[in-house]
Amino acid sequence: MKEAVYIGGPAPVGPDLPELLGRVAKGDQDAFARVYDRVCGPVLGLVRSVLRDPAQSEEVAQEVLLEVWRSAARYERARGSVMTWVLTLAHRRAVDRVRSAQASSDREHRAALLERTPAFDEVTEEVEAGLEREQVRRCLRTLTELQHQSVTLAYYQGLAYREVAELLAVPLGTVKTRLRDGLIRLRDCLGVEA
Amino acid sequence: MTTADLHTLTGAYALHALEPGERAEFERHLAVCPACAQEVRELAATAARLAQAVAVRPPPALKQRVLRRIATERQEPPRVAPLPRSGGGAGRGRALSRFSLAACLAAAVTFGGIAVWQHQEAQDARRRAQETHQRAEELATVLAAPDAEVVTGKLTGGASGTVVVSRGRNRAAFIASGMPKPPAGKVYQLWYDDGGTMRPAGLMDPSAGSDTVLLAGRVGSASGMGITVEPSGGSPRPTSEPVALMNFPAA
Ligand SMILES: [Zn+2]
Repeated sequence: MKEAVYIGGPAPVGPDLPELLGRVAKGDQDAFARVYDRVCGPVLGLVRSVLRDPAQSEEVAQEVLLEVWRSAARYERARGSVMTWVLTLAHRRAVDRVRSAQASSDREHRAALLERTPAFDEVTEEVEAGLEREQVRRCLRTLTELQHQSVTLAYYQGLAYREVAELLAVPLGTVKTRLRDGLIRLRDCLGVEA
Repeated sequence: MTTADLHTLTGAYALHALEPGERAEFERHLAVCPACAQEVRELAATAARLAQAVAVRPPPALKQRVLRRIATERQEPPRVAPLPRSGGGAGRGRALSRFSLAACLAAAVTFGGIAVWQHQEAQDARRRAQETHQRAEELATVLAAPDAEVVTGKLTGGASGTVVVSRGRNRAAFIASGMPKPPAGKVYQLWYDDGGTMRPAGLMDPSAGSDTVLLAGRVGSASGMGITVEPSGGSPRPTSEPVALMNFPAA
């Protein structure tokens, strides 16, 4: 299985992520520090794109990394790469946090979201240059406008597909299928295997 | 929602864009639809690439905080190791005594059935298992299922293994006896045998005390199970000769 490319520095040498995570599962704190170095940048970047608030983002990123420590033994290689596993945890937590905040201040939040669109270019302003980022941007440009907006609103801003449909004023079923065919097109463009 | 509709939710699911009710419905569908499960794996990996494109340089203080926290943070056992182990601190409830459960399992196997679970001691053990860990509860229901069937076989190296299969619950459990620790950096991986094709069924780490495990996933049409030694984290397909292959009782 292909491990994800490291962003923002030379590729690390030594044990791969699954091997390190196996050691983490046995309580190896040094191995955890190395896993941290590999995953924390993407985790924090993703959480920040959903939550915006830097302090809250660090708090959620910390929760995610502690969860990696606690549940390392539950990672199963057959279900995907370590990076995917960690980032799935991170996205889930960020989304849970943003939706609970949204419940209280629904209206203002939505208005703000519209102004934040599109998320991707804005988010990447603060990101270090990287081959990966360029490739992702190139592939995002191959999507239709509706696919692009649906995927980025759902992923980078943590919107439920109903909210995406409302914001873009398109039917629910359309958003569902755009999320799927948009991601499939990205998968093929990026050459993702799972 | 129709099944055809459900198949279209892979993208929304991978992006956590479903609402809780739909999410639960789709997860039930995922358990029985290998095509969607595969697509979700691929789309989740694709989403992870989007995250890597917005990576930032984390503040050094965050690392210090996280490393300080893990020094005192308790770790969870593997998902497939359903028996909560004793020897922990407060806050997780009373851990099930491995001795009492092991005794019950040994008795159950000896009697060739599961009726022994009705004994008071076993009931206590089962009650405690249910209180402490949902996985243990699932395991207990497999072991206690009215249609549970038991097969015991020899493993390489003098160990023995017992498989308990409940076709009604569509689940299976494996009980190891005398299995050595796997080599460093390796784990035992369990597989369902779908007519010669091995399907991942979770990991087992005897050194972590998980000598009784609930196999991950449904029995389905599997005709048996196997165990191999794999690198930490397991493998999508077996990469070594099996240390055990056992047939299930005929359905
Ligand atoms: Zn399906």
